[in-house]
Amino acid sequence: MVCEMETDHQIDEMDVEVLSSMWPEDVGGTEPDNQFNVEKPAGDSDTLKEVDIAEKRTMADLKRLPELMNTTDQGSSQLTNLVKQWEYMQDHAVRLLREELKILTKQREEAEAKELKIIEEHNFETEEPENVPVLDESSDLFRRFKEKKSDALVGRKRIEVDEEFDTVAYWKQKALSLEKMLEASTERERRLIEKLNESLKTMESHSAPVEELTQNLKRAEGFLHFILQNAPIVMGHQDKDLRYLFIYNKFPTLREHDILGKTDVEIFHGGGVKESEDFKREVLEKGKASKREITFETDLFGSKTFLIYVEPVYNKAGEKIGINYMGMEVTDQVRKREKMAKLREDNAVRKAMESELTKTIHITEETMRAKQMLATMSHEIRSPLSGVVGMAEILSTTKLDKEQRQLLNVMISSGDLVLQLINDILDLSKVESGVMKLEATKFRPREVVKHVLQTAAASLKKDLTLEGNIADEVPILVVGDVLRIRQILTNLISNAIKFTHQGKVGIKLKVIPEPSFASDNTLNADAQEQNGMAETSVWIRCDVYDTGIGIPENALPCLFKKYMQASADHARKYGGTGLGLAICKQLVELMGGQLTVTSQVNLGSTFTFILPYKVATANDHSDDQEEFSDMVDHQPEPDDTTEGYFQFKPLLGSIYSNGGPVISNNFLPHKVMLNSPVKLINGFVDNTGQSEAVQVENGDYMDEARHETRSGHCPEYENGNGPCPSKESESCSSSQASSEMESELTVSSPREDVKTEPEVRETIKQPNILLVEDNKINIMVAKSMMKQLGYTFDIANNGVEAITAINGSSYDLVLMDVCMPVLDGLKATRLIRAYEESGTWDAAVEAGVDTKKLENKQLHVRSTNRLPIIAMTANTLAESSEECYANGMDSFISKPVTLQKLKECLQKYLH
Amino acid sequence: MELVQMQKSLQDYTKSLFLEGVLDSQFLQLQQLQDESNPDFVSQVVTLFFQDSDRILNDLSLSLDQQVVDFKKVDPHVHQLKGSSSSIGAQRVKNACVVFRTFCEQQNVEGCHRCLQQVKQEYYLVKNRLETLFKLEQQIVASGGVIPAMELGF
Repeated sequence: MVCEMETDHQIDEMDVEVLSSMWPEDVGGTEPDNQFNVEKPAGDSDTLKEVDIAEKRTMADLKRLPELMNTTDQGSSQLTNLVKQWEYMQDHAVRLLREELKILTKQREEAEAKELKIIEEHNFETEEPENVPVLDESSDLFRRFKEKKSDALVGRKRIEVDEEFDTVAYWKQKALSLEKMLEASTERERRLIEKLNESLKTMESHSAPVEELTQNLKRAEGFLHFILQNAPIVMGHQDKDLRYLFIYNKFPTLREHDILGKTDVEIFHGGGVKESEDFKREVLEKGKASKREITFETDLFGSKTFLIYVEPVYNKAGEKIGINYMGMEVTDQVRKREKMAKLREDNAVRKAMESELTKTIHITEETMRAKQMLATMSHEIRSPLSGVVGMAEILSTTKLDKEQRQLLNVMISSGDLVLQLINDILDLSKVESGVMKLEATKFRPREVVKHVLQTAAASLKKDLTLEGNIADEVPILVVGDVLRIRQILTNLISNAIKFTHQGKVGIKLKVIPEPSFASDNTLNADAQEQNGMAETSVWIRCDVYDTGIGIPENALPCLFKKYMQASADHARKYGGTGLGLAICKQLVELMGGQLTVTSQVNLGSTFTFILPYKVATANDHSDDQEEFSDMVDHQPEPDDTTEGYFQFKPLLGSIYSNGGPVISNNFLPHKVMLNSPVKLINGFVDNTGQSEAVQVENGDYMDEARHETRSGHCPEYENGNGPCPSKESESCSSSQASSEMESELTVSSPREDVKTEPEVRETIKQPNILLVEDNKINIMVAKSMMKQLGYTFDIANNGVEAITAINGSSYDLVLMDVCMPVLDGLKATRLIRAYEESGTWDAAVEAGVDTKKLENKQLHVRSTNRLPIIAMTANTLAESSEECYANGMDSFISKPVTLQKLKECLQKYLH
Repeated sequence: MELVQMQKSLQDYTKSLFLEGVLDSQFLQLQQLQDESNPDFVSQVVTLFFQDSDRILNDLSLSLDQQVVDFKKVDPHVHQLKGSSSSIGAQRVKNACVVFRTFCEQQNVEGCHRCLQQVKQEYYLVKNRLETLFKLEQQIVASGGVIPAMELGF
C-alpha cells in the first residue's frame, strides 16, 4: 500500500504539485546530518522493520525528555500503554500454556481410566472366561468402550490381534499389547510434563519486559518516522520558557546545540519569528490549543508560511510545563490561495471596470449620436434656410413698398439669426469633434484689435467709446490663427457692446510670462510647433472690458456653457444664441490658452483670454509687411504698426477719431467713401500724402463690416439701389446714418471720376498689366475700363496661362480672378510666389503646369521684387479675403469690378 | 416733341429697370464706358452676354437633366453666368445664381432645378427688358436724338 502510494506519487503526480522537501535539499554544511537523512523510503516496506529510519531527524534533550515523559500525562500514558500491552501479552502466553496443560491433564485422566478398565476386564476374564455367550452384552459393552476409546485417542493404532478370538493366547496377546500402550502413554505424559516444566522455565527467563518494550518503542518511533519522514512538518516541544526540548525535522544546517535549550527568537531572525513566539506564549498563557498561519521571512530559509498548531502541556499536577507545537509548511497553498484571491479580486475589478466602460461607451455613443444628429440636423436646416434667406434677398431687390420692405427686412434678419445660430452649432460640433484645424499665419495684433473695434464701431448705435490699448512690448508681428482670434475678439466685443449702455468697451493687450497651466500643457507646444519655426513664443493676455450691466456671481459658472445665458430675462431682452462664449472658450482652449471672466454687477465685466503666439522675426516682418497684413487694401502708415492706442467714438456722434498722430479727421467714413472719393484722395495727396491710406482704410472698413456680419449674399453696398439687407437688424431697420448715406449717393455723379482721369493718366507711365480672367464678358468690361483709365493689359484665361505669361514677360501688376477653370487664381498665385522665392518653376511643374513653355524661359528670372497680385473675388465665402491673403495675394477687388475700384487699386500698386 | 417723349419714356423705362432690381449700378458702369471711340459698347457687351448666357443655360438644362447630375460641371456654369450677369449688372440673374450655387454646393438636384427655372426666368426678363431698351435707344438715335445720360434719381 505505502509502496504503491509512493510510486504513484513519483510517477504520476500530474495534478499534484511536486512536493519538495520542506527544507532546501542542498543546504551547505549539512553533510554530517545528511548522510543519515534518507529522503526516500525503502522500496518494499511491508514490514516496519524494513523501513529505513532517519533517526537523526529527531533531536531531543535526552536528559530532560525522560523526565518530561515521567512528569506529563502524555509521557506516562505512553509508558502505561506499553506496560499494559506487555502485560496483556504475558497473560496471553500464560493462558495458552494453561490450556495446553489442561489438555494434557485430561489425556492423562483418560489414560488412567482406560488402564483401570483394562484391569477390570482382565479380572472378569480370569473369573469366567467360558461364559462368553452369556456375556454377549458385556462384549458389546466392551466393544462400545473400545470404540469410545479409539474416538478419544485419535490417531492411536488399533490393536491388531492375530490370534483367534476368545482363546487364552488371544487374551494374553491383548494384555501384552495394552501394557505396551500404557507404557507409551505414560512415557508421553512424562515428556509432556517435562516440556511443561521446561516451558515454565523459559517463561521465567523471558519475563523481563525491557527488550520487548524497546522493540515496541522502536516500532512506534519507526512508524512515526515512516509517516513523517517526507512530510513538510516540523514538530517539537518547548518548555514554558519556550526553549526547545525536542524537535523533529528541524532545518538541516542547525546543530543540536543551535536549537536545544534555545527559543525561536534566539535561533531565527526575521519576519514572523516574533509572531510565532508570541503566539506560542499566548497559547501557553491561555492554556488552550490553537492554530495559526504564520509567514516567516528569515535569512535561514527565506519566505515560508507555516500552519502552526500549538498545544499546552501539563504535568500530572495539572501545571503548565510547556507547549507542543507542530508546524506544517503551507507556503505553496498560501501562495495559491493568495493568487486565487488576487485573481478573484482582479476578476471582480475587471468586471467592474468592464461594466463601467460599457456604461461610458454607451454614454459616449449616445453623446456622439446626439452630437452627430445635431450637426446633421443643423446642416439639414441650413440648406433650406439659406434658400429662404437667399430668395428673400432676391425679393428685397425687387420693387417693394415701405411696409413690405420692413417686413422683408425682419424676415431676412430673423433668417440670418437662425443661420448664425446654426453656423455656431456647426462650429461647436466641429471643435468638439476635433475637425477644427488651426492655421498659423503672421498677423499684426494691433491691426486686428483696431480692426475689430472699427468693425464694431460701424454698427454701433449707442453712445459708447471703443478703445484699444496695446502695450509696447507686444510684438508687431506674431504667428497664430488670426481668423479664430478675430472671431473670439469680435464675439467678445459684440457681447460687451450688447450688454453695455454707456461708458466704454475696450481691448487691452499685454505680454505676460508663461502661465503655470501651460508649462505642462504639451498640446499648446504642439500647436505652436505646427508652424515649424523656431521663434520664441510669447504669451499675450487680452482683456475685453466693458462698463456694462455686469454678470451676477452665481451666473458665472454657467456662462461658458452651451445655450446658457446669465438668465432667461437676459436672453429675452438681449437675444443671442447663447453659444458665442462657449465657442470662444473652446477656440481659446483649442489654441492652448485660457478664457476667464471677472465681473461686477452694474460696473462691468472683463473677459480675459491668454494665448501663446510665436513671434515672427524682424526679418520676416520687413519682407512680408504686405503679405500678411490683416487689413484689406491697407498700406500701413509708418506709425501704425507700432501704435498702441486707438479710440473709436460712435458714428452717431459723427466723430471718428483715429488716435494716430498724423490723422485726426472728423468725418463720416461712409460719406467719404461713397460721395466723391477720388476728389478726396487727390485733395489729401496734395496735403499730406497719407490720405490714400485713410480713404482705403475706410473702404476696407466697409468691406470688413460686411464681412464680419456675414453678409456674403449681400448685394453691393455701394450700389445704393435699395437699402442694404444687412444681417444686423438694427443697422437695417434704424440706422439713420445709412439712409442718409444712400441719399448722398444719388447726388454723386460717376462723371466726376471721369473728369479726374487725365490727371491720373499723366502721372503714370504705361505699366505692364496682366488680367487673368476666364469670363469673356468680364474681360470685355475690364478692357473697356482699362481703356478709359488709360491702361492696356495682357489677358490670360486661366492660372496656367497666367504663369506662362508671367514667365514670358515682366509685369507690374496682375489682376487675378479667383475662380477659374484649369488652375484657379489662388493656386496660381501660390505657384507664382513659390517661383519668386526659389527662382524656379519647380512647384508649378509639380502642379502639372506645362513645363516646356516654362523651361524655355527658365533663365528669364524676374527681379526679386514682389509682383503685386490683386484678386478679383465674387465675395462669396469660398473666395474670402482671408483666403486670398493666405495664398499670397496682396489685395482684392470684389466683383463686379467697377471703374472706381479698379482705379483705386491701380493707383495704389502702380507708381 | 415725339423725340422728347421717346427720350422721356426711355428714361422712365430705364429707371423702372433699376427700381425693379433687374439692373444695378454695374449697368451704369457699362454706360460710362461707352464713349465716342466705342459707341456700341453696351450693346456689344450685352449681346455677348446673351450669346454666352443662352449657351450656358442650354448646357445647364442638359446637365441637370442627366440621370446622375455632375455638380462639378454644373457649378462652373453657374459661376460663369454669375460672373457675367454681375459684370453687366443683371442683378436679379446674379442673385438667382448665388442661390443656385448654394444648392450646387449641397448637391441638391431638386433645388437646382428650381433655381435653373428662376435663373431662366430672370434671364429672359432682363433679356426682354434690355432688348426693349435697345430698341428704344435705336428709335431715338434713328429719330436723330441723343440718348440721355442716365441718372439715378431714385
